[in-house]
Amino acid sequence: MIHSKICRLTIVTVAMAAAIAFTGCKKHPADPFPASGAVGGWQKTSDTRTFAAKDLWQYIDGDAEQYVSAGVVTTSTSDYKYQDQLEATVDVHTMGDSAGARKILETGTSDAKPVQLGDAGVAYAQSLIFRKGPYLVRIVAYESTPGTPQALLALAHGVEGKL
Amino acid sequence: MKSRREFIKDTATGALLLGSSAAAEQLGLAAVLDRHAADGKSRVVVARDAALHGQDGQLDEKRVLALLDRAIASYVGYDNPVKAWKQIVPVDKVIGLKVNGLGKKGISTHAALVMAVCERLQQAGVKAGNILVWDRSARDLQDCGLTVSTDPNRVRVYGNDVGGFEDQPVAFGSAVNVKLAKILTRECDMVLNLPILKDHEMAGVTFSMKNMYGVVQHPNELHAAGCNPGVADLNCIPVVRKKVRFTIGDAMTSVYDGGPGFHPERLWQPNALIVGEDRVAIDHTAWQMIERKRAEVGMATLEGVGRPPRYIATAADSAHGLGVNDPKHIHLLEV
Repeated sequence: MIHSKICRLTIVTVAMAAAIAFTGCKKHPADPFPASGAVGGWQKTSDTRTFAAKDLWQYIDGDAEQYVSAGVVTTSTSDYKYQDQLEATVDVHTMGDSAGARKILETGTSDAKPVQLGDAGVAYAQSLIFRKGPYLVRIVAYESTPGTPQALLALAHGVEGKL
Repeated sequence: MKSRREFIKDTATGALLLGSSAAAEQLGLAAVLDRHAADGKSRVVVARDAALHGQDGQLDEKRVLALLDRAIASYVGYDNPVKAWKQIVPVDKVIGLKVNGLGKKGISTHAALVMAVCERLQQAGVKAGNILVWDRSARDLQDCGLTVSTDPNRVRVYGNDVGGFEDQPVAFGSAVNVKLAKILTRECDMVLNLPILKDHEMAGVTFSMKNMYGVVQHPNELHAAGCNPGVADLNCIPVVRKKVRFTIGDAMTSVYDGGPGFHPERLWQPNALIVGEDRVAIDHTAWQMIERKRAEVGMATLEGVGRPPRYIATAADSAHGLGVNDPKHIHLLEV
């Protein structure tokens, strides 16, 4: 009887610890934003801002609801500049699970070109989006040059490596 | 045409202020309204310049002032744009310019348009310090390409993060517990609405009326049911209805899908300004422009994807009476 209770307690404790560790990992990733110079030619030009789901409208009012309905937990964002010319914004959405990231990625990107990034990714001439586990990353450039797709891809790999 | 640097220098020194206008020219918007009411229709001017964007896709800022002049002169019916402006604004009052920087650097009200409006306002007799360009925050304004300034001797540029919100909430219909920006309630006598045309994930289209979400503290609370009747109700709040009287809509660049955020893959260049005082007629015209573009690229209508901008018809109903959405009652002038 006592042995059985101890066993159950141990199982519950281990399960809770695992759950906490897993949840903690999801909600508090290591900084996913490459530092200046970490990816060739890219400089990080702003501080990282992070928004909880309930405050996401302050950053992307009008767009926030689709992320909230897909289970976003937090969104972090930072600005970058490539070779002092091309400006871009990196958004890292931490979703509740990978299904949420998949849901957003599969919305309205049927005409994009697939790219090898994370679990799945697509690219346009001036933007790129990929998912890795519960993370959904979107990178948008504000100018289109012949070198933009390659530069964005390099930055995306830099972010992916930190997730 | 002045360069941007020359313009900023001139606004700083007040050199663009050309003196007060004659009393005969200060009839104001009421006169324009009366004149247009004669044919029983709301006038909307769509001014276009096919060469507004160069081969490289960059906006030719030098052409923006000429496009604005054509739009305003056509609307009022004067050849001289400065005289036309005197019919639209009370030159001795504080004029707010509500821009939209929500879509960040990629799809926000163009600084070149803001500067062109400021230049003509000053030439019409509005003091530089009586022009207040504003949006939600300094970040939004910077994303429009504007520099924040609270100097009372220059064109002022700052956001609700500086101006603050009223403590006392107001309401109309579904728009309850609305705390309005003090820039609207206390600082501006009249507001020129300078939205940017975009598809909108929930509302369908965001342009003139939807831009007023930037004058409330918690716009997210007005998003239910495709922002309907939230948009119409918000515009019926008396101070919004009364002060926001003229739209100079930026349709030089737009997104026809994926908005309101910046989706460069859905970017297009209508190369147009849409101006008028009937905010409902303006939004109806803008909506049709987006639908034509969606059809051109083979996309479903907004109705087809479940997000038609129903708030436009709501704004036109008898309970709101903000304007007209029936094309038979819109005098559309394309120049």
